Amino acid sequence: MKKALGIIGIFTAIFIVASVFGENFLTGINLMQLTQRASLYSILALGASLVIVTGGIDLSIGSVVCLSGIMTPWLLVEKEWTPMQVIPTVLAVSAFIGLCHGLLITKLRLQPFLVTLCGLLLYRGLARWLTGDQSQGFQGEFEGVRSIALAKFAIPGIENYRIPSTVIPAIVLAVAIGLFLSRTVWGRWLLATGRNESAARYSGVPTARLVTLSYVACSLLAGFGGMLFIFDIGSAQPSDFGNFYELYAIAAAVLGGCSLRGGEASVIGVLFGAATLQVLRNTITLVGLSSQLEFAVIGTVLLVGVAADELIRRFSARRLERLGART
Amino acid sequence: MPSEQPVFLRVRGVGRRYAGVTALADIDVDVRGGEVLAIVGENGAGKSTLLKILSGVVQPSDGDLQVADASGALQSVVLDGVRDATKAGIALVHQELNLAENLDVAGSIYLGREPSRLGLLDLAAMRRDARKWLARVGLDIDPGTLCGTLPIAQRQLVEIAKALSCEARILILDEPTSSLSAREADRLLEIMAELRGRGVAVVFVSHHLDEVMRIADRVVVLRDGHKTGELARGAYDRATVERLMVGRDLARVERRASRADSRVRLKVEGLLSAHRKKSPVSFEVRAGEIVGLAGLVGAGRTEVLEAIAGITHAGGRDGGRVMLDGTELVGASFERVRRGVAIVPEDRARNGLFLEDPVSMNMSLAWLDRSSRARLVDGRGERSLVGSMIARMQLRPAQPARRVQTLSGGNQQKAVIGRWLAVDPAVLLLDEPTRGVDVGARAEIHAEVRRLADAGSAVVFASSELEEVLLLADRIIVMHEGAIAGELAAHEASEVAIMHLATGGTHAS
Repeated sequence: MKKALGIIGIFTAIFIVASVFGENFLTGINLMQLTQRASLYSILALGASLVIVTGGIDLSIGSVVCLSGIMTPWLLVEKEWTPMQVIPTVLAVSAFIGLCHGLLITKLRLQPFLVTLCGLLLYRGLARWLTGDQSQGFQGEFEGVRSIALAKFAIPGIENYRIPSTVIPAIVLAVAIGLFLSRTVWGRWLLATGRNESAARYSGVPTARLVTLSYVACSLLAGFGGMLFIFDIGSAQPSDFGNFYELYAIAAAVLGGCSLRGGEASVIGVLFGAATLQVLRNTITLVGLSSQLEFAVIGTVLLVGVAADELIRRFSARRLERLGART
Repeated sequence: MPSEQPVFLRVRGVGRRYAGVTALADIDVDVRGGEVLAIVGENGAGKSTLLKILSGVVQPSDGDLQVADASGALQSVVLDGVRDATKAGIALVHQELNLAENLDVAGSIYLGREPSRLGLLDLAAMRRDARKWLARVGLDIDPGTLCGTLPIAQRQLVEIAKALSCEARILILDEPTSSLSAREADRLLEIMAELRGRGVAVVFVSHHLDEVMRIADRVVVLRDGHKTGELARGAYDRATVERLMVGRDLARVERRASRADSRVRLKVEGLLSAHRKKSPVSFEVRAGEIVGLAGLVGAGRTEVLEAIAGITHAGGRDGGRVMLDGTELVGASFERVRRGVAIVPEDRARNGLFLEDPVSMNMSLAWLDRSSRARLVDGRGERSLVGSMIARMQLRPAQPARRVQTLSGGNQQKAVIGRWLAVDPAVLLLDEPTRGVDVGARAEIHAEVRRLADAGSAVVFASSELEEVLLLADRIIVMHEGAIAGELAAHEASEVAIMHLATGGTHAS
């Protein structure tokens, strides 16, 4: 919780700025859109944070989003599979991708950056080749299954804001991952592995299995997120769908207090990190800044946030050292 | 007489407070050229703080430092940073090894002051000069060797060579022999004596009172940040120093009765480590027995312990077998841990501890797996376990939420050992169990290891300190170049007999 305070502060500040200067920011439809986007990106960011906790990284998230998001309508429309066949298949493919990453990293001892960079290229290429680089969509059908991401739930007494259904998986996953990390032995082991892999191994932690598990979870969540994204937007181009999503996911995790050195995570922080990025994107549009500046603004905020975090960490470490230096 | 030697550095009324806590108070010390000054005290007594002040790493809160100038007159100075100290002719060799692993030995020695010609590194000169300084510390290695590939003992010697190469007038060594074998430690003491002969002032901190007795011209004893005594050579004996350090007489431990008649718990058969394929190692450890592995650094003791624990794979299919209670131990380290094999590694910071995490997390890690129902952490059980383990290990300060990083070396080691004692391992393997640990904590660690053995576990430990081997082991296995050179029962063992075997002598009793 303490780790999340920083990002909650940043979120609040940006939210206030947006409310004051963005004319349509506090409208029901805008907030509804924001909540939905933030939940979708949260799912990716939660996956990324599991990998980051081990001291690893997953650059392939955006391409897995693309592959799963493109495969879903392609299998439904072109191959005429039923939703009950498509959903498990797409999730299994995603998990299999994560398993490959994990095994390459733990058994072959390749660097996570490299393995997932190759994945980034591989899965997008695969998605484009599968579909002949043609835009894939639901063509107005499959309303039932698409409602997983499109349904909105009214709150009694509130008129123009309804809760988007994507909030549900995001919250469920966040609670599950939060409990996993703080209350289960495996979660504790995962944190220990991220903190000091060698010491974890000497202490009897099955480090290779845990690292592999984290990559499986990350790709699985990316695949699940990709499916929800495509249910939401209806159709997408294999060449650009999911571009840079891994960076939003990693940025959200880092803003939310996950150290890239590993061993530290805050689920609440990750949720706020993902929300902050979406509010920021929204604000840029609403206050009339050129949307071409979007990346520049996000980059700046991320840099300032991370630098502030590092300075605070160093300050408290120095304080600790002063207290503990009686050796 | 040492007292007639010129004073190089005078410390008057120096104290240091950290956030209101007094780490050091009112210290007066003279550091003289041509003299070896030992600073002793338990962990937390303020030794490291004093060394940090002398070497410019921290500034004193009170008091005054005076350094002799070229004419020998003492001038008050402020040492703000290591650079100032170096300029004043003071060099510190840290207890932790600070070598860049990706540099070669010559590059490490000359790091930051590389000789150059026409703007390019003069590698030939660097290596030539490096060889000279390496010879000074008795290290016969190629200066082009990467530091990362050297064993810890040799890295430490490189660090000392580096300090020597700065032509320091005052050489400060923080526990210089803690990771050295007996032979290397002897060599280092010789070097210190040699430097003393050349008029250098040598200041060192040590937990080995034997070393102190052998070489120090004067001993300064610290306790709880205060100087409790300063004794000149001839005016001190071991018991006096110990009493000044701990404020009481240390109880002498009686050797336990050996339990050679009970059943075999651990059996090692033809173990071949991955690096040494030539000499298979076989031995047995009975229930309740403590076996000490003695030998020089590099004799293969660590490899044996790590192979038993499954950290390193034994060499292939013919790599030998390890049996626990009659069943073969197979698989990775975590599977062996589940069967009750525990290992306390040599390098605590790298392989033992989660430095940024609290004491509680560090001590409960192994226990979690045994105690959890449905893989859920039992928070209340964890708190009570950590509380009782802190009490049992006499961990100080007794704060479960404190980061392990901020504990002294002895208390860090107690945390690692406590992690395993919490699960009553069938086999406890300890690699240098009390390196960098003060006398008080050492006795407490030994007592806990004995208690575990008395309860029926098999204990194997490796130690470079003959004193520890003789004190703790029921049976001593001496290794030499990867093979077992001989075995000694505790009652027939002596330092001479062990060293004879460890240096390649044949078993002649």
